[in-house]
Amino acid sequence: MTFDERYFDMGRLDRLSYGETFVHRLDPRAKVLATALFIVTVVSFPPFEVAALVPFFFYPVLLTTLGGIPARFVLRKILIVSPFALFIGVFNPILDTRTVAVVAGWPLSAGWLSFLSILLKFVLTTGAALLLVATTSFPGVCHALRRLGFPALFVSQLLFLYRYLFVLMEETMRIVRARDLRSFGGRGTGAGVHARLVGILFLRTVDRAERVYRAMLSRGFQGDVPMLKRFRMGRRDWAFLMTTAVFLGVFRAFPMTEGIGRLAAGWFR
Amino acid sequence: MSHHLVEFKDVFFRYPDGTEALRGVSFRITHGESVGSVGANGAGKSTLLLHLNGCLLPASGTVTIGDLALTVKSRREIRKKVGVLFQNPDDQLFMPTVFDDVAFGPINLGLEDAQVRERVRRALGLVNGLALVDKPPHHLSAGQKSAVAIAAVMAMEPDILAMDEPAATLDPKSRRLLIELLKGFHHSKLVASHDLDLILDVCRRCIVIGDGRVVADGPALEILSDASLLEANNLELPLSLQRR
Repeated sequence: MTFDERYFDMGRLDRLSYGETFVHRLDPRAKVLATALFIVTVVSFPPFEVAALVPFFFYPVLLTTLGGIPARFVLRKILIVSPFALFIGVFNPILDTRTVAVVAGWPLSAGWLSFLSILLKFVLTTGAALLLVATTSFPGVCHALRRLGFPALFVSQLLFLYRYLFVLMEETMRIVRARDLRSFGGRGTGAGVHARLVGILFLRTVDRAERVYRAMLSRGFQGDVPMLKRFRMGRRDWAFLMTTAVFLGVFRAFPMTEGIGRLAAGWFR
Repeated sequence: MSHHLVEFKDVFFRYPDGTEALRGVSFRITHGESVGSVGANGAGKSTLLLHLNGCLLPASGTVTIGDLALTVKSRREIRKKVGVLFQNPDDQLFMPTVFDDVAFGPINLGLEDAQVRERVRRALGLVNGLALVDKPPHHLSAGQKSAVAIAAVMAMEPDILAMDEPAATLDPKSRRLLIELLKGFHHSKLVASHDLDLILDVCRRCIVIGDGRVVADGPALEILSDASLLEANNLELPLSLQRR
């Protein structure tokens, strides 16, 4: 993908959040809390757990379907950040070769098991976070955090990160375009030029920060980024949060996969 | 009434890199006056505007807004009275949605929720921007960004309006709308622009800034039809005054 295309792809996560489904309409706080609960529950499993994690896919699949989010889009985003998880777990199979089980004649080592567990946890948690943003919008999440009592400084940093990410990318896009228009056959695209471009970008950013801060002061900024309250935790929101909590609790406490397996075995006997 | 008064007395300002941007600027804008400020690139127009609400403080000389002298302490009070529109709307629109951005000022003024909503609605109505209310600024066109930035300033209902190139990114129709909007704003205003026709339409009086000084100050029509004065300041006759 060229830089331009990547830029336009970035905006897609926002546009998904304009949807009008049941999931979109939930109070952002309910969704933030549910997602946090989900992530904590998933991460709380011991390092060799694989089977018990599988039922947790129910939550992201449900949100994707109800929220009308294209699953391929979410999967692609997960794939982009997957190297982090891959590198964390990739040496486990080499370092930990104890055999824990024999599957279809092949010995299964503990390392593979923990690697698989890391990958599952990664896909589940990243997927849940992406879905949160896709159904709530980033500002919505920030708004929720602020109202849940997160410090003003923290939330305003997040807001500015989001707002100026796009401006910074546009700025970069303009610089890169200007460079491409005047560099031919490999000339003018070397590392030296790159370093200078980054330097220019940094200087422009500092200038802009100065101007933005002035604009904020001009409109009475006093340290907090104020936003009007526009959500109310209604009965639906509480119901969503409670149901999620109960399901997570049940999935965490009881070996669901085993249960489903036994049930299935019972049917097919 | 004295509270819409702007007075610069022998104002000097020098940027940290050594550029002498203002070298003894003096003028006085009285209540309800509309003043255009024109001049070459780098003449000091923008620097002058930044002094109006204390973004910059004069190195020497005094700036008086209403009955308050501009100091570090009085800045906050002065910012409630003076609405400044900056040159680049991306600098001005720092909140994640149009609504939040236009509401930013009114909320900081301590208004009630209902009042804030009303102000936002009215301000966006002024610039025909009601449909944009839930959009994030990065999905707006340059002209829409300008319109929203203007709304964000108007929502604070300032006593004095200062604008830096307000029409630079607007298409002709939006520019016309802005001119009507400015004509309808009866408090004091100072507009810095290279769009001399806009100045001619909106302002009765015109100040020419050159090299950090006030080069000429008088009725807009008189100044903007003085071809040799304009030429000396890298300007030319407004299109409406040019005979083809």
